[in-house]
Amino acid sequence: MGGSRRDFLKTAGASLALLGGLSAESLAAPLSEGELFRPGEPLKEGNVRWAMVVDLKKCAGKDLSKLFEACHKIHNVPDMEREKDKIKWIWSEPFGHAFPNQEHEYVARPYQEKTVPVMCNHCERPPCVRVCPTQATFKREDGIVMMDMHRCIGCRYCIVACPYGSRSFNWRNPRPYIKEINPEFPTRTKGVVEKCNFCAERIARGKEPACVEACTDGALVFDDINDPNSKVRQLLETRYSIRRKPVLGTMPHVFYLV
Amino acid sequence: MLEKALSGSKGYWIWMFCLMTLMGMGGVIYLYQFTEGLGVTGMSRDIPWGFYIGQLTFMVGVAASAVMVVLPYYLHNYKDFGKITVLGEFVAIASVIICLMFVIVDVGQPIRALNLFLHPTPNSLLFWDAFVLNGYLFLNILITRVTFDAEKKQIAPPKWIKPIIILSIPWAVSIHTVTAFLYAGLEGRAFWLTAILAPRFLASAFAAGPALLVLLCLLLRKITRFDAGEKPIKKLAVIATYALAVNLFFVALELFTGLYSDMPEHMHHFEYMFIGLHDQLGNHNMLAPFMWVSMLLCFAALILLLVPKWRNNFKILPVACVMLFIGLWIDKGVGLVITGFVPNPTGHIVEYMPTWVEIGLVVSIYATGLFILTGLYKIVLSVRGQVDA
Repeated sequence: MGGSRRDFLKTAGASLALLGGLSAESLAAPLSEGELFRPGEPLKEGNVRWAMVVDLKKCAGKDLSKLFEACHKIHNVPDMEREKDKIKWIWSEPFGHAFPNQEHEYVARPYQEKTVPVMCNHCERPPCVRVCPTQATFKREDGIVMMDMHRCIGCRYCIVACPYGSRSFNWRNPRPYIKEINPEFPTRTKGVVEKCNFCAERIARGKEPACVEACTDGALVFDDINDPNSKVRQLLETRYSIRRKPVLGTMPHVFYLV
Repeated sequence: MLEKALSGSKGYWIWMFCLMTLMGMGGVIYLYQFTEGLGVTGMSRDIPWGFYIGQLTFMVGVAASAVMVVLPYYLHNYKDFGKITVLGEFVAIASVIICLMFVIVDVGQPIRALNLFLHPTPNSLLFWDAFVLNGYLFLNILITRVTFDAEKKQIAPPKWIKPIIILSIPWAVSIHTVTAFLYAGLEGRAFWLTAILAPRFLASAFAAGPALLVLLCLLLRKITRFDAGEKPIKKLAVIATYALAVNLFFVALELFTGLYSDMPEHMHHFEYMFIGLHDQLGNHNMLAPFMWVSMLLCFAALILLLVPKWRNNFKILPVACVMLFIGLWIDKGVGLVITGFVPNPTGHIVEYMPTWVEIGLVVSIYATGLFILTGLYKIVLSVRGQVDA
């Protein structure tokens, strides 16, 4: 059974390779646990792949606004007046809104409040990158999904494609709405899309992301998931974790411990 | 030949000046939107595409529907469409220009729009959409230029144009297929994630386009000496009837799969479309009345068109065509885009209402399209010596 299935996948993969640029090996690789929805891509040993782990137990009932403020402040995220113009890099949702296929009527009380911090998932297969017509949004080697604000034409196809609502558009000139401009990070112009960048500018200097740093009780952990000894790997190996909308096959790299 | 559009009766000029006024108004509104940003529209972080992209989607269909006269005439040698083929192709040209204008007014950084071609990205459907739309525009300009020039000189068109005309047939199908793929390939938007979206787009396009052409033919019959003839008009009406029936069948298939499967993700969108969705703030059903009007118009038009006695009555036919056109316009130009965004990816219900800026710009872009179409039709009729009534 297993053999014929593999053979089928191989043939299918080989023919698909012509069309979609997929490699037959990656399709024919045996499915391991936790990768039921999408055959895993081989880990590139030695490559850094950033990921975040969020401990929902530690988040429950806490005021997370400090983390969000830390992020929004250093990234010059404006505080727009009208709800429709809002720009969010990180914010919180009730459990059922963050994990719409995994909620039920009896979800524990604390999780019914806005306790789940959500942000860009830095997907392994990001739909936003797939649809961007100018490669203004792209995935780096280390897994971070980035934005080139100077190339973005503002078509908002990435916002339409993102299954997590993680992207925001500058409907107006954001600059008058930034309370205090951080000169170390660029401000944006109207008409471009932006989102969480996993603090690429801080990682480059060996620092942790701002939200992780602002979080004193270790509810947010950030590390290289390709390193078997990393903090995120150890947490994921000892605790049960979930991801947002796994069925879509985007392979988010923000994990939630429940 | 263009100079033929520069002379005309008083009525012609009044009409053209009205359109130009609307176009000028559009220019001013666009300047305002350009300076302030897209925040002056009703779009939001939850409804990132609205009225503009809806119109783009609808008009790509109208453009593609030229194939409904081109195909019978050139592939099946259906001579009765001879006089109106160029009219259909001119509708395509005007429609594609309308579409391209809707793309430009919708992007946040229009000055960078050429990045689409500076950094061509084949994995993006938007790149392909821009490519096929511009290609279709080029094909139709070339074809009409060559064939109409031949008609004017009363000679047969050169042989080399035939393969290009044949190419324009699948190309027409491609523009609407690619437009459907813009929506249908997104894992995060259950409402559009359906293989029937492209066929449904084509069906509604092949209903709305010919219906528009029927109306234009009847109008020309009334205000000019051009008579398309009863037979081709009746044939167009039959095409619109079948396409409308097929489209409504496809809608029914969508409803069945969405509702019978009982999957919240799929049901919610249809519920929002026709009844509205509840949250702690109450019922949100801004779109529902429009969708019911759309459905009623479509079904009423179908009944009027299905009965040959009514369809062939040139008093009833235009009424049915107007109903069909408005019904499908609401469905595709408004309902289709908005519904895909409600509820949003985090399950919240945020509604959308276009602002006066959007409505004004949409009106003026359509005015621009009509301006181009009128000019082109004027040329045809001048050359054929059939201008005055």
